[in-house]
Amino acid sequence: MNWFTKMFSSSIGQKLIVALTGLFLCTFLVVHAIGNLALFKSDNGMSFNLYTVFMTTNPLIKTVSYLLYASIIFHAFKGLHLVYKNRQARPVQYGMVNGKANSHWTSRSMGVLGTIMLVFIVVHMSNFWYEYKFGYIPYVQYTENMTTGEVSGMPYVDEMGNAKQINKKMEEYVIGDNKITIVKDLYEEVSEEFKNPLLVGLYVFAMFAVAFHLFHGFKSGFQTLGLNHPRYNQAIQFIGTWVFAIILPALFAAMPLYFFLVK
Amino acid sequence: MSGDMNVTLKVWRQKNNNDRGRFETYPVQGVSPDMSFLEMFDVLNERLITEGKEPVAFDHDCREGICGMCSMFINGRPHGPLQGVTTCQLHMRSFKNNDTIVVEPWRAKAFPVVKDLAVNRSAFDRIMSSGGFISVNTGNAQDANSTPIGKDNADMAFAAATCIGCGACVAACKNASAMLFVSAKVSQFALLPQGQPERKQRVLNMVAQMDAEGFGSCTNTGACEAECPKGISISNIARMNRDFIGTQLSIQKG
Amino acid sequence: MTSSKLDAKIPDGTLEQKWTKYRSTVPLVNPANKRSLEVIIVGSGLAGASAAASLAELGYKVKVFCFQDSPRRAHSIAAQGGINAAKNYQNDGDSTYRLFYDTIKGGDYRAREGNVYRLAEVSANIIDQCVAQGVPFAREYGGMLDNRSFGGTQVKRTFYAAGQTGQQLLLGAYSALQRQIGLGQVEMFTRHEMLDIVNIDGKCRGIIARDLVSGNLERHFGHAVLLCSGGYGNVFYLSTNAMGSNVTAAWKAHKKGAFFGNPCFTQIHPTCIPVSGDHQSKLTLMSESLRNDGRIWVPKRKEDAADIRSGKLNPNDLKEDDRDYFLERRYPAFGNLVPRDVASRAAKERCDAGFGVNQTGEAVYLDFAFNTKYKYGKKEATKKGIQNPTEAQLKELGQAVVKEQYGNLFDMYQQITGVNPYENPMMIYPAVHYTMGGLWVDYNLMTTVPGLYALGEANFSDHGANRLGASALMQGLADGYFVIPYTVGNYLSKEISVKPIDTNHEAFVTAENETKSRLEKLMNIKGTKSVDYFHKRLGKIMWNECGMARSTAGLTKAISDIQALRAEFWNDVRVPGDINEFNPELEKAGRVADFLELGELMCKDALDRNESCGGHFREEYQTEEGEALRDDQNYNYVAAWEQLTNGDWELHKEVLNYENIKIAQRSYK
Repeated sequence: MNWFTKMFSSSIGQKLIVALTGLFLCTFLVVHAIGNLALFKSDNGMSFNLYTVFMTTNPLIKTVSYLLYASIIFHAFKGLHLVYKNRQARPVQYGMVNGKANSHWTSRSMGVLGTIMLVFIVVHMSNFWYEYKFGYIPYVQYTENMTTGEVSGMPYVDEMGNAKQINKKMEEYVIGDNKITIVKDLYEEVSEEFKNPLLVGLYVFAMFAVAFHLFHGFKSGFQTLGLNHPRYNQAIQFIGTWVFAIILPALFAAMPLYFFLVK
Repeated sequence: MSGDMNVTLKVWRQKNNNDRGRFETYPVQGVSPDMSFLEMFDVLNERLITEGKEPVAFDHDCREGICGMCSMFINGRPHGPLQGVTTCQLHMRSFKNNDTIVVEPWRAKAFPVVKDLAVNRSAFDRIMSSGGFISVNTGNAQDANSTPIGKDNADMAFAAATCIGCGACVAACKNASAMLFVSAKVSQFALLPQGQPERKQRVLNMVAQMDAEGFGSCTNTGACEAECPKGISISNIARMNRDFIGTQLSIQKG
Repeated sequence: MTSSKLDAKIPDGTLEQKWTKYRSTVPLVNPANKRSLEVIIVGSGLAGASAAASLAELGYKVKVFCFQDSPRRAHSIAAQGGINAAKNYQNDGDSTYRLFYDTIKGGDYRAREGNVYRLAEVSANIIDQCVAQGVPFAREYGGMLDNRSFGGTQVKRTFYAAGQTGQQLLLGAYSALQRQIGLGQVEMFTRHEMLDIVNIDGKCRGIIARDLVSGNLERHFGHAVLLCSGGYGNVFYLSTNAMGSNVTAAWKAHKKGAFFGNPCFTQIHPTCIPVSGDHQSKLTLMSESLRNDGRIWVPKRKEDAADIRSGKLNPNDLKEDDRDYFLERRYPAFGNLVPRDVASRAAKERCDAGFGVNQTGEAVYLDFAFNTKYKYGKKEATKKGIQNPTEAQLKELGQAVVKEQYGNLFDMYQQITGVNPYENPMMIYPAVHYTMGGLWVDYNLMTTVPGLYALGEANFSDHGANRLGASALMQGLADGYFVIPYTVGNYLSKEISVKPIDTNHEAFVTAENETKSRLEKLMNIKGTKSVDYFHKRLGKIMWNECGMARSTAGLTKAISDIQALRAEFWNDVRVPGDINEFNPELEKAGRVADFLELGELMCKDALDRNESCGGHFREEYQTEEGEALRDDQNYNYVAAWEQLTNGDWELHKEVLNYENIKIAQRSYK
């Protein structure tokens, strides 16, 4: 074995994979949440749909997204593998364990929480990512008055009312004072999907899993990297709790609830 | 009989490593709150012997909390309900009259049961042999005060060095990981100037041996730190991670 | 006259030259020959681990045996206070000679000059070696090593690591040992107990050991055997020793020809936690270092003592004038820091006179209140610039300092007694702690059996009739690191042509059979009483008659009591379980059987020594003030006992010659 494989096959090396991919996924969550704020904008979904186009066409973002997919797979695979291996380290279980006396339950439940998240990610990606890339999403046509800034949207259809298609994700042109934008209407897809109470329930439930997973996971990642220092530990703990275990999951959970309850 | 407490013990009995083992229940009467937990076991064993039964085997030696030999998993926690004490320093005043107390051995693949509550912890010794030392032969030393060591580092090294090698960290960890034990030794030497020449090789070797012994990996639950009778900090684990990763990325040979 | 059977082999020359000259002229073994020489070491404490590591580094093939599950558990680990070394880092007038002198005087002039001077000489090297190994001694802010003072000395020469010095030193030696195990130079046998030595043609050639897990007996050959098996304080049942500490290794050697030196010299340590009840299995020491800042007292009036015992009076409320700081009163020069034997006897004297302060009447106070407030509190207040601090402020500031210095000891006290020592004075009482006696050895640390050595507490050599605090760690490591590597070569250089002896040799077979039949005998008694039952009874006899005060009548009675108890033991002990399995009761039974023989010898030795010296206090021999009265005319010798084939003992005397020190009445006034 060369040093590289040796390093990553050691117990610390394997944890390093989990930590690095996990922390990378945390940064993705921040970007994802900020971008998705466009869902809350009252412009008939134009900002959101344009953001979607940007995220799926920008070469840099595309490169990062492949890294992201790989991270999810590595993180999940390694994480579950370690859960399995760690169970083997204690072949005979205790008759009585009082775990809450010495550790937080989230830290002892990362495998379960992670598995819930993995199921969620599969559902989530098949609902939106797969539909957007490979499924059928109707187009929408936005007309923006360049002097007043007023935006109106309507389905991109022919005279008969049949949905029309273009052979790219977006088309823009100007007619007189108006700027016309034709894009895939993922926003409509989102609002349709989130009328389903089961799906909304799953999303909200999954966000709890995210919250608890990150409550331990964020600071744990730093510990695994060896970044433990009395000067900074509190800050890490604070960010892990407030940003990753409270604000981000709350924002994500607010999205389906917004469509289900408000729209 | 010297006291008026009664307790019921559910004790793990296992004849040897090949036996499957099971819990057995023993009432113990006349327990004094001033007894240590092990003295309560002495009372039980004394009775078992006079009744012609086999006493419960358990490891113990100094009975003052420093040798690290005693090792009982009591009511779901290593060394019982108190923090910062070993089983031998746990006293019956920490329990209530008529309590039922579950007592098990440390459980880990790397700590096979010898008999009843006694386990084999020689895995720790082998980890020490792989690098838990400074290679200085007798007679090689320079004057003790020729290398000043700042008090902060000396104190931190001492704090790490107070590990008694009892294995409570492994017992407490849901993964049966030995990271706290190993990192305490790695840290002690990493914090001292004397430990620098072998610092890189040491961390690689000790981690490799730890993995070979079949301990689980660390998921940073912090249970080890909470249960360590000597309060060894998991910041030592972070230091070892740092040293291990840094070494892997930088070592010239090894 | 020194017995013709005892030759201490002290090198010629002046005191300062003896060891240097010895080292330069001792025969050596060349590296190639070392590889084929095998050394067996029994015990893995400070002496055993340091000897094993050092000999393995030299290239000898070493086998180490310990009964615990790891060599790191040896009871050296429990030593708290510190280790002495004549470094003179404090510039307070220390020197090799002064450490030598203090040790001889502290031992009440019953130790050998040559050995003790060598001990003082190598003491400085020990500190160097340990620091190089990464032992984290306490340091000052400038990065230099810190020192504290200890009983029986007027300089600060004690190096320490909080209250865990023994632990840190042992882990240093243990790590050196583990290194050699990893390198294959040492073969380690944990959970093994030595049950006999094997002599062939008048030389020790190996041991019989029992694998405590499987119960199998094993034969091991060695060109030399080193016993580093510690002391025998557990003969008293209650002591500060570990539960497993035992005399068995030394006793088996004694029965095979090694003379036992000064068996009655036991150290009763003044600062232990008092006994709380019958259930008690051991006593816990509170480090002597506490006497630096704790003041020992009892009430001046018996009525107050009675009120305290019955709980009517809180000791904190007793006025200063009504307290008797009896050590400060009797020994103004050394005060609370008198040697251990003196402090213990003074405490016993007060308790016997009816001034004891706990329910049993066997406890005195160790009080930190004064120094907390007025020594540390004031200093801290000055440092922090607090003018006219209140009493409460002084207490708070001082407690922080006390906590840093003694925190772990205070925690331990509270854990055991359930009393908070920051708010209440500690209660202490003397307890058996250390045995100065042990196998008789010469300057080479060799016993009267050629090839059989005894190191550390297992030998009798350096502490005379009383050991000074922080000297046991020093001796254990001196023997292991710096003495035995030279002296064993002296013997082994003549053994290079001896091929390893086949363990099927009849001497091995016989020894194994004897061991086996003794174990079977123990198993087959199937009596009605547990081993502990007998051990406790033996302990009571020993403590009452051969403890802090001894008398002709008491000792005579004790001897017959022990003989009767021994007979009862062999008739009525019950050892449960099987012989071929992990059986702690069987281990204990064997050890207690040996204690039952040793106890008799201790009483015999105490009876023979018609004087009081150090830890040995015969009621018939005391001054009018109750101080020990030595008889240098008649008892200035080491009592080395030879066991005869009929089970009785013969006394051999090694007369001590003081060429450098003028013997005087010990005074700490």
